[in-house]
Amino acid sequence: MPVISPDEINVILATDCGSTTTKAIMIEKIDGHYRQTYRGEAPTTVEEPAANVTIGVANAIAEIGELAGRKLLDENNEIIRPARGNEGCDIYISTSSAGGGLQMLVSGVVREMTAASAKRAALGAGAIVLDIIASNDKRKPYEQIQRIRELRPDMILMAGGTDGGTEKHVVQLAELIAPAKPQPRFGSEYRMPVIFAGNKEAWPMVRDTFDDSVELSQVENVRPILDRENLGPARDMIHDLFLEHVMAHAPGYDKLIAWTDAPIMPTPGAVGNILKTIAEKSGINAVGVDIGGATTDVFSVFDGEFNRTVSANLGMSYSISNVCAEATMPNILRWVHVDMDERELRNRVKNKMIRPTTIPQSLEALIFEQAVSREALRLAYLQHKEFATTLKGVQQQRTVGDLFTQDSGGNSIVDNMKLDLLVASGGVLSHAPRMEQTAAMLIDAFEPEGFTRLAKDSIFMMPHLGVLAQVHPQAALEVFERDCLIYLGTCIATAGKPVPNKVAFEYRITGDITAQGEILAGELKRIPLAADQEARVSITPHRKLDAGNGKGQSVEKTVHGGTVGIILDGRGRPLLVGGETGYSRQDVSQWVEALNLYENESLVSSK
Amino acid sequence: MAHAYTPGLKVTECTNLRVRRILPISGSVHVEKGQDVQAEDVVAEAQIPGNIFPINLANLLATAPAELQNCMKKEVGDRVEIGDLLAESKGIFGFFKTQYHSKSAGVLEAVSKITGQVILRGAPIPVQVKAYVTGKVIDIMPEHGVVIESTVAFIQGIFGIGSEAYGPIAVACETPDEILRAEHIKPEMSGCVIIGGARMTNEAIAKAVEIGAAAVISGGIDDQDLKNILGYDLGVAITGTENIGPSLIITEGFGDIAMAERTHRLLCSHTGHAASVNGATQIRAGVMRPEIVIPLDQTHSSDTIDEGVVEGILEPGVTIRLIRDPYFGRIGQVATLPSEPQVLGSGSKARVLTVTCENGEEILVPRANVEIIAD
Repeated sequence: MPVISPDEINVILATDCGSTTTKAIMIEKIDGHYRQTYRGEAPTTVEEPAANVTIGVANAIAEIGELAGRKLLDENNEIIRPARGNEGCDIYISTSSAGGGLQMLVSGVVREMTAASAKRAALGAGAIVLDIIASNDKRKPYEQIQRIRELRPDMILMAGGTDGGTEKHVVQLAELIAPAKPQPRFGSEYRMPVIFAGNKEAWPMVRDTFDDSVELSQVENVRPILDRENLGPARDMIHDLFLEHVMAHAPGYDKLIAWTDAPIMPTPGAVGNILKTIAEKSGINAVGVDIGGATTDVFSVFDGEFNRTVSANLGMSYSISNVCAEATMPNILRWVHVDMDERELRNRVKNKMIRPTTIPQSLEALIFEQAVSREALRLAYLQHKEFATTLKGVQQQRTVGDLFTQDSGGNSIVDNMKLDLLVASGGVLSHAPRMEQTAAMLIDAFEPEGFTRLAKDSIFMMPHLGVLAQVHPQAALEVFERDCLIYLGTCIATAGKPVPNKVAFEYRITGDITAQGEILAGELKRIPLAADQEARVSITPHRKLDAGNGKGQSVEKTVHGGTVGIILDGRGRPLLVGGETGYSRQDVSQWVEALNLYENESLVSSK
Repeated sequence: MAHAYTPGLKVTECTNLRVRRILPISGSVHVEKGQDVQAEDVVAEAQIPGNIFPINLANLLATAPAELQNCMKKEVGDRVEIGDLLAESKGIFGFFKTQYHSKSAGVLEAVSKITGQVILRGAPIPVQVKAYVTGKVIDIMPEHGVVIESTVAFIQGIFGIGSEAYGPIAVACETPDEILRAEHIKPEMSGCVIIGGARMTNEAIAKAVEIGAAAVISGGIDDQDLKNILGYDLGVAITGTENIGPSLIITEGFGDIAMAERTHRLLCSHTGHAASVNGATQIRAGVMRPEIVIPLDQTHSSDTIDEGVVEGILEPGVTIRLIRDPYFGRIGQVATLPSEPQVLGSGSKARVLTVTCENGEEILVPRANVEIIAD
């Protein structure tokens, strides 16, 4: 890899090799600032007949070359470097989730403690966690072994025991994993990488338990003491082994590794990286979501603490039927304001599952799909909140006042009132015909409280920027701020249950626009405020509601606009829709109207 | 030229099919290159290492893990039967000894000095691979499996449940738009691959289970009925391990939908012929569809080699099926392929095509919502 000073980097090429599509972007230094200028895409070529990922990469880059009028590939289809005049680029970087991404098995002694830390390390590195084996997971040893044998992970992360803590349980786990000999996905030549990140004193015994059929390595303990996690070394080792072993077995990756100027990262790991960088740099709390066909990833940074979860079977095509099974049809239909036949919908859901590439043609189909997405996002966020907790097992100082709150630690660190930025990406959110629809899906599913800025990833370039942040943080930040996000606007909502027919809050807006008024319980209102505009908004909530300063207390903040503007939400939190006590279909119709979500005439003609 | 690629399902009267029959781990191959095989012949066999039975013997004998080795009555590598004395504690001055008799049979694989755990490995589990299709062995992968070639009629379904099944074809519905009901299924169809028409009803499936049919093929199924049969709501489309009796395959989709006329005609033309059926479906990267394979007798031959991958070019005149509401299930021909994206009823912009339906109506649909019906 050529060594180049960041100041001399003027043209950057980045690709993200997804399971189906390879997406390439070009970033150029224009007038002293880095800007994303062109993008291209091509089908990913890891499967037969091409069976070489670099062919898809070259095709995507060739498309950029054509659009930009710049020669990026030489006669051997290799990337030209460094940039000279109207040719080549200075650095090339890439992420990958082709072939199903990185699939891992993790283990730990106590499911809620060391095993949870191991899971956090694996998820943070961008892996899909297939299962967690723990001494207390309520399965019998032979059931655990059976499970290990059934799974075909790419890698195993073993935690367990604090340093100086239990050795016996750690070795016991090793004794389950070693004879089970999990079969990797890549055939008999592949030696399964096993990372040990547990009690360092148990390491010699763990080492003796395994034979040379696995690639065993040790890193620092992910949980050296109960009240501290140390996930960095395990994450780094996962990334190294991902490159050395998993990627090396994927067709054409040896060549791709040779092309890149920075290590290839798993796609979700890169997305997490950029979100973390942005949150740190701007001093904000942020949540990002990427809803795909098969899975939904949620990333969060609260008070500098990063968490990521992947909900493996919540998605909008391959997994749509699973969303309906988990959420149940009544919960999906509560978001629908027009009549639909449940039997017919069940068949439509299955038809989407078996033919996942189809798109909604009628408005009715779009309304239903967006209702499903609300539930998929809601469930994924719920899983995320349950996972992103303070460390469990930590002794806490209690006062007399705490006697009645039986917390055992492990409270969610996700706090919607503290959330500053909510970023959306993935087909159903990014390709919604109206930005108002994207904003409505985000608000209904995530239920932000207080003042929350909403945005969407314009062309899903967060993975590219995540890996760029490793080599050129300044370029990554500049592009993120200028080109990556499309701001939808700001949602302002109060927490608590509003009193029916009473005012939920009063508002007063000054600055680029002026307005004032009242929002009734259950009301939604949109006030246009363009992306380049700012306004000072003052909120005075009802005495039972909280806008961020406590019940009934006024809050005043500067808010930014966007394609949708300011959304004033008087529906309360938690948002109760459907059932006997929640908002009715008539209320949902009013929200649809208030945000101008759908064209009513089209609905009539489509029915 | 305005064209695009789109995958379709294969429905062909005569093709050379090659199937790879591979063991999950290395084993032995029982046939030779050039040999003729029947669908249900075992062509390869392997022994998967047996199940593991961990026993925390130090705990059971109330002894220290480090002492366990001295208590063992069997050596690592020894065969152990149920009831055999596996270990005995030293007791106190030779009295109060505790014995442990094995509750599982197998080979003693390991004795841990650290945890006091003993691992017994059970008997190897045999795995057999059948030929699946009557044909000729054209390639051998030593210790791993074979490739069999056969001239067949080949039909891919859209979704199925259940694994490989074999039986003669029996027609229950004379027309493709006839709903498959219980009264269509007769006791003499036991062991048969039953051909329906449109949707298969819950009662028809129950009757097929009752008479012991090998498989049921029809145009569609109601999702609610599928849920009733399985006993759960199918979340992810990865099937093949269900055990409800017959394998079920739908050729078109969920709901009230007739089987494509060509598919029905082809299946009916093979009444009484032996068929191999696999309901296994995986809709993920590397999609796998259920299939019906009907080996043809030797007088047929085909120049085409088919390994299951189908791709077609979407261009004017091509016959397609619409695979999304509001036109789900309709069949027509591509009329035009406008190059500019157009706004749909949903408000989204997408690349579209116009289709001339069988009733002469011309409609506009997104390109993503059609499927080529293979010739």
